[in-house]
Amino acid sequence: MLSYFVRRVLAAIPVMFVVALFVFLLLRLSPGDPAAIIAGDMATPDQLARIRTALGLDRPIYEQFFVWLSQLLRGDFGTSLISQTNVLTMVNQRLEPTISLAIVAIIFTVLIAVPLGVIAAWRHGSFLDNFVMSSSVVGFSVPVFVIGYVLIQIFAIELRWLPVQGFRSLFDGVGPFAQRIVLPALTLSSIYIALIARMTRASMLEVLDEDYIRTARAKGLAERLVLFRHALRNAAVPIITVIGTGFALMVSGVVVTESVFNIPGLGRLIVDAVLARDYPVIQGLILLTAGFYVLINLLIDLSYALTDPRIRY
Amino acid sequence: MTTQTLTAKAVVPSGGAMNRLMSSVFKQRPKAVTILAGIVLLVITAIAVLAPWLANHDPLALSPANRLKPMSPEYWLGTDAFGRDLWSRIVYGARVSLIVGVGVVVMSIAIGLPLGLLAGYFRGVDAVLMRVMDGLMAIPGILLAIAIVSLTSASLWTVMIAITVPEIPQVVRLVRSKVLSAREEPYVEAAMLMGTSTFTLMRRHLMPSTIAPLIVQGTYICASAILTEAILSFLGAGIGTETPSWGNIMAEGRVYFQLKPSLIFWAGLLLSACILSINLLGDSARDALDPKMKRRNA
Repeated sequence: MLSYFVRRVLAAIPVMFVVALFVFLLLRLSPGDPAAIIAGDMATPDQLARIRTALGLDRPIYEQFFVWLSQLLRGDFGTSLISQTNVLTMVNQRLEPTISLAIVAIIFTVLIAVPLGVIAAWRHGSFLDNFVMSSSVVGFSVPVFVIGYVLIQIFAIELRWLPVQGFRSLFDGVGPFAQRIVLPALTLSSIYIALIARMTRASMLEVLDEDYIRTARAKGLAERLVLFRHALRNAAVPIITVIGTGFALMVSGVVVTESVFNIPGLGRLIVDAVLARDYPVIQGLILLTAGFYVLINLLIDLSYALTDPRIRY
Repeated sequence: MTTQTLTAKAVVPSGGAMNRLMSSVFKQRPKAVTILAGIVLLVITAIAVLAPWLANHDPLALSPANRLKPMSPEYWLGTDAFGRDLWSRIVYGARVSLIVGVGVVVMSIAIGLPLGLLAGYFRGVDAVLMRVMDGLMAIPGILLAIAIVSLTSASLWTVMIAITVPEIPQVVRLVRSKVLSAREEPYVEAAMLMGTSTFTLMRRHLMPSTIAPLIVQGTYICASAILTEAILSFLGAGIGTETPSWGNIMAEGRVYFQLKPSLIFWAGLLLSACILSINLLGDSARDALDPKMKRRNA
């Protein structure tokens, strides 16, 4: 167990190394002088020279990479070219809206998608099943921002139930927070709901064929208990895996949703950084997100090993 | 004699995937929804090809006097904030979406297929290549894409490359897994014993087994590429507005959304219909090629 744990953690190191190398090369291999890209079109030769020394561009490229890497390992993700603030500080300031949004979206997803998937598998081939499956294809196909604008049009503009845009911290009161988080969280969860409902259904269909389900039914257990206690528990592993692999979807969803609803989170931070060509911020955010992705998948793998006695490595 | 029979057998799987797809398309009656998806896609393709004849205005012509006009016989879908005709812009926008969709599929398979074959066949290549792919996969595609676009100027090519790079690891993984299982097949072993050259072995005996899953994966890549292009444009990191695309039409429409929702609505509707149709065609291709999946994903 411990050796699996250690091996799994060690395996994450080369992945992160490749990510760092890639993020580094992205700026270095792009056509043109990185200093000129960073400084923008209006830079004077003096500014260019200053940026070049600051980045260490006068040194050999492998040396630059290892200097940069050692800074990363010491927790120095660089400084924004625009605001001159430390990248980690900027991330910290923007963390709360994004985390609130993601958590509420995941709660919506679990509350909506898992029951839908279970019922679709239970009544396999029925109208309800077809309805769930076809709406999940639609959920995959309609872009997140279109869903966002449709929700705004209906609930904020026509019905005037909720505010159009904006964000309030949970610490400013539950009411204002909830009013502003419902629409963005629904928008963000739409694609996730489609994904998880599909996965739950597929996984449940497999489990429902098992002997122990027949036994549970034969001993007269209520169907609700058979489905949610016996079947869903055993169908859970692939469902949880999807939450990990679906992280990339979540990131693109967050970036778009925050732009649609004007939420000052990490998604907006990266879009603003891209539009302003603020490379240290872009690099830092990509590294942090990739690190988070690797961490989530690591935790999911380890949680299987801990919870499912059938998995032995 | 024995070797001859073996070669004859070895040829069998090569045509399999296409044959199965073709026979399921022509012999069985496809589902109504598949036909509908095909029609929608044909209509969108026709719109893209016939854009110069369908558009009744120059999609780039500014007309400040006619800003944000409603639908009229002159401006079929009204005008945008610069007085440009929305219908003409949407018609030309179809081109960008389809070019990006097809272009990304071609490029990601052209790069991913050989890499996957190499990784599946050579152990040493596999170890290194798959670590690189793991690293690439750890970076969320949309972030990688906007980073690539932000580093270069946003042209149709850079946008396509930016969308292709994150798709490559998926293709490599898929091809590699198919090659790994095909290698265990007796016909591959036979071909190896006969001293078939590595190149021929890959092309004739290993590659065919990857075609069926690649057809299915290709449709999903196409749908996701069109979606990603729209997202990039929407975020302002896509193709410039001098080339109208459904994404940048919506991006510009955002500002006036409360005043005139149709600036987002029509492009969003076409975009969704296009992606939905491609996904549905992908699902039916998958069902046709792999009947086992049918029950699970019906």
